[in-house]
Amino acid sequence: MATNYVDNAASGTAAGSGPRGSSADLRPSKRARPNVPAGVMSVVWLLIVIVPIYWIVITSFKSSAGYYGSNPMAPSTDPTLANYQLVLESDFARYFLNSMIVTIGSVVPAVLFSFMAAFAIVRGGGGRYLRTVNSMFLMGLAIPLQATIIPVYLIIIKLQLYDTLQALILPSIAFSLPLTILILSNFIRDVPNELFESMRLDGSSEWGTMWRLAFPLTKPALVTVTIYQALQVWNSFLLPLVLTQSPDKRVLPLALWTFQGQYSVNIPAVLASVMLTTLPILALYIIGRRQLLSGLTAGFSK
Amino acid sequence: MSTASTTVPRPPLKVVAGSTGRKTGSLAWMTLPAVIMFVAFGIIPLIGVFYLSFMNWDGIGDITPAGFSNWTAVLADSALVSALWKTFLVMFLSWAVQTPLSILLGVFIAGNQKYRAVFAVIYFVPLLLSAAAISIAYKALLDPNFGLGAGLGIGFLTQNWLGEPALAMGVVIFIVSWQFVPFHSLIYQGGVRQIPVSMYEAAQIDGAGRMRQFFSITLPQLKYTIITSSTLMIVGSLTFFDLIFVLTGGGPSDATRVLALDMYLRGFRGNNMGQASVIAVILVLVGLALALILRRLGGKDSNASQLEGA
Repeated sequence: MATNYVDNAASGTAAGSGPRGSSADLRPSKRARPNVPAGVMSVVWLLIVIVPIYWIVITSFKSSAGYYGSNPMAPSTDPTLANYQLVLESDFARYFLNSMIVTIGSVVPAVLFSFMAAFAIVRGGGGRYLRTVNSMFLMGLAIPLQATIIPVYLIIIKLQLYDTLQALILPSIAFSLPLTILILSNFIRDVPNELFESMRLDGSSEWGTMWRLAFPLTKPALVTVTIYQALQVWNSFLLPLVLTQSPDKRVLPLALWTFQGQYSVNIPAVLASVMLTTLPILALYIIGRRQLLSGLTAGFSK
Repeated sequence: MSTASTTVPRPPLKVVAGSTGRKTGSLAWMTLPAVIMFVAFGIIPLIGVFYLSFMNWDGIGDITPAGFSNWTAVLADSALVSALWKTFLVMFLSWAVQTPLSILLGVFIAGNQKYRAVFAVIYFVPLLLSAAAISIAYKALLDPNFGLGAGLGIGFLTQNWLGEPALAMGVVIFIVSWQFVPFHSLIYQGGVRQIPVSMYEAAQIDGAGRMRQFFSITLPQLKYTIITSSTLMIVGSLTFFDLIFVLTGGGPSDATRVLALDMYLRGFRGNNMGQASVIAVILVLVGLALALILRRLGGKDSNASQLEGA
């Protein structure tokens, strides 16, 4: 029962479903009148989103010579993979691997640390220390953490981590904590207290309760924050720009930028590099789409 | 969402967390990994940025005390006023463009029809792309010689988008909206779904039309959602670094040189970390001040519920 509730909260469509839909059902005489302005706007926005993406996709398959003469909105009559080949030959496999290491290396610990902290904040009884910790992370939400990049750079140099992948992982973990803790503690709060009580009566330690009760019940939220933070780290640009230097430590967004500087006139190749760096994220989105969309809605709308 | 949460059905079992009176102080250690990481790479750098603003440092050599010289230099520099103004402009324009769009789209995708869910899935795609990828793609798309406009031969599209100060600013706002409107629509969708159906039913019985319902029920009920979303937009706008950096590099002639960019350029290009830290301090203060103002606007009630999820 509690599981159901949490799932509903996460899917953002509580069993009764949206007010708009239900209210429409209650007025059969009037419901035929469509919401024209919102409908028109939604289609216009759809075009605004799709047209540039469509252009990126079709152009990335055009040959660099054939690009200039062709109709930019028509797919190539003679599609080629040469652009993708050029990108892959520019060592993108390595940058891809670097991005994977940094993303997994920072998101997994960040989510685990956040989960433990959120559990303690919610279940710890509101002592002075825990309240201080809670307000520290809330304050972290209000501060543009990029503003701390210069001291972070200094710390990384002092730790002799400059130009390593760890230099990207450590601050990425720290930067993702405030939001992750906020969202997770919202979800842990929704677990009915009775369940915690019965775990306690069964003699479970708080540590055991955390893993056997809170963890499975917060799973939808955990998946959401994991995907969201993975996206943030995968796309992060400032940290790698400031904290790394050599090509073999490059991550994808930085590689993209360098590649663009090198091949700026070869637009199809540049767009192929954009496509290649986006594909893994797109694949992840197709798999975890429902979880991400509904989880974010629930996380921010409370 | 305190008003909504009292009316939305919730499990009856819900008890305020931590009110059991059990001594659970032993849980404090569980926060340690998070606290240590955040102190090391969040709090200490935050203090460090104040410290470095009173130091001379070129980013490589020794750090030496500078007294107030960085502060006087930056505050006397007209570039600061310009950067503040550009930051404010980006903040205000991106908020003013995104908010109405996000509310309308949020109300729209809150409907139950299947195709609306499909729309939502497509709307979300730009949010997946990195700012670097988006900027690079738009740079190519808007290129006056090789871009989309030139290829189609449409005069309006063939302007020197990134070469004219006013146009460049417009492009930045457009791209920001292109990327983030879907995210905020999603927040509004969640807010709309929490409005009790009974309110619309009552309005219908009273004969209120759709417009009336929107302005008398939907908008007022979304108050806290609007504050959440606006806070994210406004505080977030301080950090549009990568997008502008890749797109215009701050140009043309500093037209898009916002504070975050100014900090980077002074520090890592101009090798003046002291002055860059002054800009960073200003950035932090502006961020905190804005967050506080927005919390005030929301009233005490809302910040408890918005920020602590009560």
